[in-house]
Amino acid sequence: MDTMRDRFAPVVSRLLDEDPRVAVVLAEIGWDAFAEVQRRHPDRVVNVGIREQLLIGTGAGLALTGLRPIVHTFASFLVERPFEQVKLDLGHQDVGAVLVSAAASFDWPAGGYTHMAPGDVALLDTLDGWTVHVPGHPDEAETLLRHAVAAGDDKVYVRLSVQANAVGRAVDGARFHTVREGRSGVVVAVGPTLDAVLAATEALDTTVLYATTVRPFDAAALRHATETAGTDVVLVEPYLAGTSTAAANDALTDVPHRVLGLGVGRRELRRYGHTEEHVAAHGLDARSLRERIGEFVGGGRVVGVSA
Amino acid sequence: MGLMTGDEKHGPAATSTLDVLWVLYDQVLRVGPKQLDDPERDRFLLSKGHGPMAYYAVLVAKGFVPVEWLPGFGSYDSPLGHHPDRVLVPGAEIGSGSLGHGLPIGVGTALGLRAQGLDEPRVWVLIGDAELDEGSNHEAIAFAGPAGLERLHTVVVDNSSASHARPGGIAARFEAAGWSAVTVDGRDHEALYAAFTAPHPGRPHVVVARVEPKNENT
Repeated sequence: MDTMRDRFAPVVSRLLDEDPRVAVVLAEIGWDAFAEVQRRHPDRVVNVGIREQLLIGTGAGLALTGLRPIVHTFASFLVERPFEQVKLDLGHQDVGAVLVSAAASFDWPAGGYTHMAPGDVALLDTLDGWTVHVPGHPDEAETLLRHAVAAGDDKVYVRLSVQANAVGRAVDGARFHTVREGRSGVVVAVGPTLDAVLAATEALDTTVLYATTVRPFDAAALRHATETAGTDVVLVEPYLAGTSTAAANDALTDVPHRVLGLGVGRRELRRYGHTEEHVAAHGLDARSLRERIGEFVGGGRVVGVSA
Repeated sequence: MGLMTGDEKHGPAATSTLDVLWVLYDQVLRVGPKQLDDPERDRFLLSKGHGPMAYYAVLVAKGFVPVEWLPGFGSYDSPLGHHPDRVLVPGAEIGSGSLGHGLPIGVGTALGLRAQGLDEPRVWVLIGDAELDEGSNHEAIAFAGPAGLERLHTVVVDNSSASHARPGGIAARFEAAGWSAVTVDGRDHEALYAAFTAPHPGRPHVVVARVEPKNENT
């Protein structure tokens, strides 16, 4: 299967052809894939070199003149390194952009911790007005990229990953979708965690919601799900554990509830290797999830499962 | 400027820019209060947001901001803060205060205008000599020269406030990146005008405006 990032340049190239407002800003990373479309639109595809403060500042300047910038690099260098530019050049200047990251959590574990940014969504949560899309499949990435660019002058973050589910689902750029209905707990699976969550909860009587747009957080969908499945809520996020715990609490503020936030741990593993190994090390593989979710929603009572 | 009180510690920062700002707004920039959203207007980006009293005074003199706003400077209900906010101040192209943001935004503004075929508007960014400490400026300087961003102009108001500097170092750094560079007396209006309007085909242009040192009497 191709990756979400394989779809990025082709989709954006079509958007460049279709919409004269669209512009792309890169900092070397990903440049090769844009070489062809850059010849067609030399002034709307810009590579600023390895300069990430300039990357965001340039996007902001383009937006100030009325364009719709799409800004891309690895998450570490898109959100973390130029965070003040994200806060001020976009937020404080009151202009929008589409930030498209790759390799946020551990897409390239052999590259080590310098190329991991599992705290990206949590960082954006300290700012106002960001929409955050976390596609779980290359097809969904295409759809959500188009939603992001079409969202007026909004500030939108699209988190591309090599982690993906086996099949894409219909996503609308806003709502959580009910994948499975149960009566004993609600599990919110974000983006590429869905396949593992579905495998983990196969023998549990839980509702599974699928979230590919996590900000704004679809509080109405979570509330609705808890009406039949109860208010034990598990969040499974492919980024920093607990990132959406406050949002889930806020959604259920007037009812007694419990929230378990699963995701990538804070501790630096200092391990290389493969993505699957890091998924397991953070307890996000199906077997680990089965234990952790089962224990939380059913006090460890898992029916008919041989792990 | 006497109507604005409460930010005296930035008084020297404010007065250092006054002549540069006046010559720009009076003779160089093609922008006025009726052109706030005109795509063809020149863009002036005050990157050095500290001590904006001179900036506000010029915006008042040119009719962007009502003079009645000045006495409230820095108060809760005033649109005029100790750092300007573009959302609140008519004519302010950017909000600034945190140093080193204006020049990268100016690069993007110049690129955005070019991409839309708006060939007339020029982009001006005012920074301070100490503001050049910020590495973000150097990302922009190093890019804009080789990119040939002719419409991008920077004026560095040099009041010798950087703790670590070398004589001639400011212009040299721009020149090394391929910019056209002129150093002038930042109080001499004729010299400023000549420097601001000097031709610089195919290259961005910097004017280093030297004024009396910030800490001359301390």
